Amino acid sequence: MKCTLWFRVAAVASVLGAGGPGGAAWAAEEKAEPTPGSIKVGCIFSVTGPAAYLGAPEKKTAEMLVEKINAAGGVLGRKIQLIVKDSEGSPERATSFAHQLIEEESVLAIIGPSTSGESLAIKNICQEGKTILLSCAAAEKITDPVAPYVFKSAPKDSYAAQWIYRTMKELGIKRIGILASNDGFGLAGRDQLVKYAPQNEIEIAASEVYDKATTDLTGALNKLQGQNVQAVVNWSIVPAQALVAKNMRQLGFDVPLFQSHGFANIQYVRAGGAAANGTIFPAGRLLIADLLPDNHPQKKLLMEYKKDYEARYHEDASNFGGHAYDALTILTAAIRNAGSTDREKVRDAIEKLQGFVGTAGIFNFSKEDHNGLDMTSFEMLTVKDGKFTFYKRN
Amino acid sequence: MPIDQIAQYCFSGITVGSIYAIVAIGFNIIYNTTGVINFAQGEFVILGAMTAISLAAWMPLAIAIGLAVLITALIGGLVELIFIRRVKRPTVLRLIIITIGVSILLRETMLHVWDEKVHALPFFTGTEVSSVTLLGAHTSPQVLWVLGACALIVAGLSLFFKFTAPGRAMRACAANRTAAQLCGIKVRWMVTASFMLSAGVGALAGCVTSPVTQTQYDMGAPLAIKGFTVAILGGLGNSVAAVAAGLLLGLLEAFSISLFPLAYQDVVAIVVLLAVLCFRPSGLFGRRDAHVSGEF
Repeated sequence: MKCTLWFRVAAVASVLGAGGPGGAAWAAEEKAEPTPGSIKVGCIFSVTGPAAYLGAPEKKTAEMLVEKINAAGGVLGRKIQLIVKDSEGSPERATSFAHQLIEEESVLAIIGPSTSGESLAIKNICQEGKTILLSCAAAEKITDPVAPYVFKSAPKDSYAAQWIYRTMKELGIKRIGILASNDGFGLAGRDQLVKYAPQNEIEIAASEVYDKATTDLTGALNKLQGQNVQAVVNWSIVPAQALVAKNMRQLGFDVPLFQSHGFANIQYVRAGGAAANGTIFPAGRLLIADLLPDNHPQKKLLMEYKKDYEARYHEDASNFGGHAYDALTILTAAIRNAGSTDREKVRDAIEKLQGFVGTAGIFNFSKEDHNGLDMTSFEMLTVKDGKFTFYKRN
Repeated sequence: MPIDQIAQYCFSGITVGSIYAIVAIGFNIIYNTTGVINFAQGEFVILGAMTAISLAAWMPLAIAIGLAVLITALIGGLVELIFIRRVKRPTVLRLIIITIGVSILLRETMLHVWDEKVHALPFFTGTEVSSVTLLGAHTSPQVLWVLGACALIVAGLSLFFKFTAPGRAMRACAANRTAAQLCGIKVRWMVTASFMLSAGVGALAGCVTSPVTQTQYDMGAPLAIKGFTVAILGGLGNSVAAVAAGLLLGLLEAFSISLFPLAYQDVVAIVVLLAVLCFRPSGLFGRRDAHVSGEF
């Protein structure tokens, strides 16, 4: 029966297509050599797969920083041993890696995961395993409600949403359309936009969710155009960010395009080409570090990280790598302050960190705030002639 | 719905549909000579685009694309020589599983050779911001290149299969393998040639679509699924039907957006695939006996 054969083929193919082949585990299987006396730190990053934009710079940053720390004598005289796992952006893989790191490797802390969906998937596992989690993802829910062992180094998406609305108010925009990718980051961001719309007097005329592997958004944009929106907000971390910009120009859809802090990666600007110019988005200060005044508290740190990263990897540093940088420096600072690697003591020490300068902003942790960042961690930026610059209000 | 919005949906549908159609045509070429569905077809598309993007840094765009098509065709031939030809007892299902393996292998190799980042070829005419107006709908000039390439590929392949000796030989292999062999046709090499041809067609598709859809190492699998749906919908082996089916699916998907949330777009494709497999396994345009040539 040919019919059933094709059925089977279609089934096999769709499983492979949807789940992604398991072949990319190459980066994950770096066997952990036990170094006596070292402090074990686990990392779960989506080094490959659709969120590789986040995971790859995070892994590179973590490795670079640990080398630097160890070369300077380590922490409390002990070296840090990184165990990096590649989750390929899949919450299922992140979950099994979290179990592995906690139960088999008994790590002190886990850095990552890169995406919000993965972070939420392992939040409870880390809490129950009493292992410190320093997530590099944006979603609010990671640290709200607070789980005692769960922290995050990336700024909250609600700040990004509020910055966008603040800018819209200045431009007199009242009616908007939202596009979001169908993943943790996109959906969480859309929820924040919906939540803060009424108090900013913004009407959401249409809201669409697209597959993260999409290659064409003209249909969805056409729908938004039909609703006569005054601006489009796209919330995602996937390559579709460049696609939205291109498709809008292609359709002659001439309204301001706002994007989330996920756009803060020069690669999207390159992929979007001339279409990326004029995109308005909130982001941390790493991208425009050289434009900061010399007395800005973050300037020195940002310039140093940027220089080290770019000299070593010959690619542009991104905020996402910065989140891994912050997570690691927060952890090592807490270990130093606690004077021990007892999980409970290190956890308490993180909660006590005040005025800690990171790449994402100035962290002020407390029992209630496991993110430590505030609205000032973002700036509104735009793209001009293929380069990031401050968004100047008219 | 205002008329220019309808025109716009049509254009979106036709653009996406013609991309599906070219991938489906790649499936058909190999199916015609071997009875096998090559699930690495999507990877050929990405490989072609990636190669062209790298080469374009060194040479004019047209030459880079030509070379990329050639290189991908050679790799397609190699895939056949290394993986398909050596199978001791080739059954259709076994070969299909091998092509799925090859697709994973190609994908991971591309990840190592290039990187995980998104790339794009420059626009052939105009830039990212150019827009042309046709029948009230706005579109990128690159979309016209895509449509043109699709038409060219279909016309070229029809002529090739009808009027040239190798084309006829390939069709002979499909119609009756033993008879073709008795006529002196080197069936084995025809299979290799079909892999090269479909890889080349895929690569060309990858190059013309890259400026608008962008290219990333892992974009092949979703493309292959859609292409497969279209190939089945049109009737396996029939390239003109694949174009019709591709446009049909593209239009269905585009107009589904106007009624349902965008998130259900893929549901449309899968429902169509399941319905066709259940009620008309030979496809919309296929003859009922068209699907019996599947012995290798």
